[in-house]
Amino acid sequence: MTTLTVVTAVREVAVVSSAVHQVEALTFTTDVQLMVPLINEARGAVGLTQADIGFTCSGSSDFLAGQGFSFVQTLDAVGAFPPISESHVEMDGAFALYEAWVKLQVGEVDTALVYSYGKSSPGSRRDVLAVQLDPYTVAPLWPDAHAVAALQTRLLLESGAVSSEGLAEIAVRSQHHAVGNPNALRASAEATVAGVMAEPVVADPLRPSDIAAEADGGCVVVLAAGDRARSLSDRPAWIRGIDHRIDAHALGVRDLTRAPSAALAAARAGAGDDRLDIVELHGPTTSQEHILASELGLDADTLMNPSGGALAADTLMAAGLVRIAEAARRISSGDADRALAHATSGPCLQQNLVCVMEGE
Amino acid sequence: MTDTPIPAEASDGVGVVLPPSIRDVEPVRSVRTPIRLEYDFIPSAAAQQYLRAYGEKRILGNRSPVDGAVFVPPRGVDPRHGVVADEMVDLADIGHVGSFCVTHLPIPGRRDLPVPYVSAWIHLDGADIGFLGLVAGCANEDVRIGMRVRAVWKPDGELGDTAENVLHWEPTGEPDVPIAEAGNRAWGAKQAAAADDDADGGDSGA
Repeated sequence: MTTLTVVTAVREVAVVSSAVHQVEALTFTTDVQLMVPLINEARGAVGLTQADIGFTCSGSSDFLAGQGFSFVQTLDAVGAFPPISESHVEMDGAFALYEAWVKLQVGEVDTALVYSYGKSSPGSRRDVLAVQLDPYTVAPLWPDAHAVAALQTRLLLESGAVSSEGLAEIAVRSQHHAVGNPNALRASAEATVAGVMAEPVVADPLRPSDIAAEADGGCVVVLAAGDRARSLSDRPAWIRGIDHRIDAHALGVRDLTRAPSAALAAARAGAGDDRLDIVELHGPTTSQEHILASELGLDADTLMNPSGGALAADTLMAAGLVRIAEAARRISSGDADRALAHATSGPCLQQNLVCVMEGE
Repeated sequence: MTDTPIPAEASDGVGVVLPPSIRDVEPVRSVRTPIRLEYDFIPSAAAQQYLRAYGEKRILGNRSPVDGAVFVPPRGVDPRHGVVADEMVDLADIGHVGSFCVTHLPIPGRRDLPVPYVSAWIHLDGADIGFLGLVAGCANEDVRIGMRVRAVWKPDGELGDTAENVLHWEPTGEPDVPIAEAGNRAWGAKQAAAADDDADGGDSGA
């Protein structure tokens, strides 16, 4: 047995505000026009302007925007004048939040603005995702994202870990929970396992309901440390643990039915130290959500994906940050005391971030 | 793909020993994996309005709701303040050269353009930032910061929803804008003047 060191935060940091917008396609809206109202909403909810923000960090992808350094243009939405302290990750916004959390731990700043966005509708998302694979031997073959996820799902089904009906149950639960979520694209109180099983396969064995609903959108989160957080929010969602782990990139060297990096990140974030009221998982397919739930060792009392999760609306580069926003919102509203939010990046759950939050 | 083979022992700088089976094989020096992704972008509402008006020989800008600065082309936001700026302003097709450069390389697809040519930041009357245009109709040596210019539009039958409706900008012959008030300095000069007005007993509540 390996002894795990749970990373202890030296400084209390909390989510004090968030804003989310996800739709099927932002046809006439630029990334900047999407983010201006969202950023103002999240900052404004806690009475902050950009002048009050110590550090700004964003996540997005040039492969979605179709142009280099696209994030620089999106800084127009922040109001980055006079010049601000700013950074960017070519990853989901959850990883930008991690960078901002580190900056807050260092003690240089007391507040941080984190945002991410993705507008995949102008291109072919399933093909764009192929370019994240090994550039020498895999990407030139252009395996689309559904096919790669289907390979993983087939292995999972063949291992006996779950049945097709078991995956359909995950899809149905997501559609039920998403009812009432204004940012969900796929929600239905009437969804049934039989209905999902009757759907024609997209990439055998994946059916449409097994694959996350593709969304365009964005998410903004405001972080604050210590008493600053208490002054901004009646009930901040305190980040008690956050960790980011990575499995091998090459699909062939991994057991695709497992995600050891997710289990490790959860352990190091202290997920198992106490009960979890809710969990928001970033599983782009039902099979990946199943793998994550197994790796995290969730018990039956935990409410899974009350927002519907990423299956209900998956905005590339933002779906992970949305999970943190959704979990934090439920803590701040008093609906939950302890929550886990998860974000993934890379093919087949290669990278995993776990963020454990608590109310006070 | 390859050029002169390099000895195996020199093929890396970290002391990796290649297996005997590929020790004498010509090393792969590069791999070509062309990537092509297609996107179908639709211009934003602000860009669409701008392009449609431009096809009718009108130039639109956006006015900032914060301090009244006018941006051209309009993007629907004030990037300095991170706020929506959806008020459209009709701008004159006349202005001055804010800055310029003389370029000695041809523009692909513009064989009609003699080299060297002058590209410039054109500051339209009523706008507070410049936008790119060509200056012609005078000797390159005569182009200067502050020179007044007007648009030379394409013939009506060739206008369209594109950014290419102005062929170039030509001198008007009017007196120059003083250098201290030209180009990006114009906005600073305008703000300084507004501040003076305030100091002279204007509304101090702003």
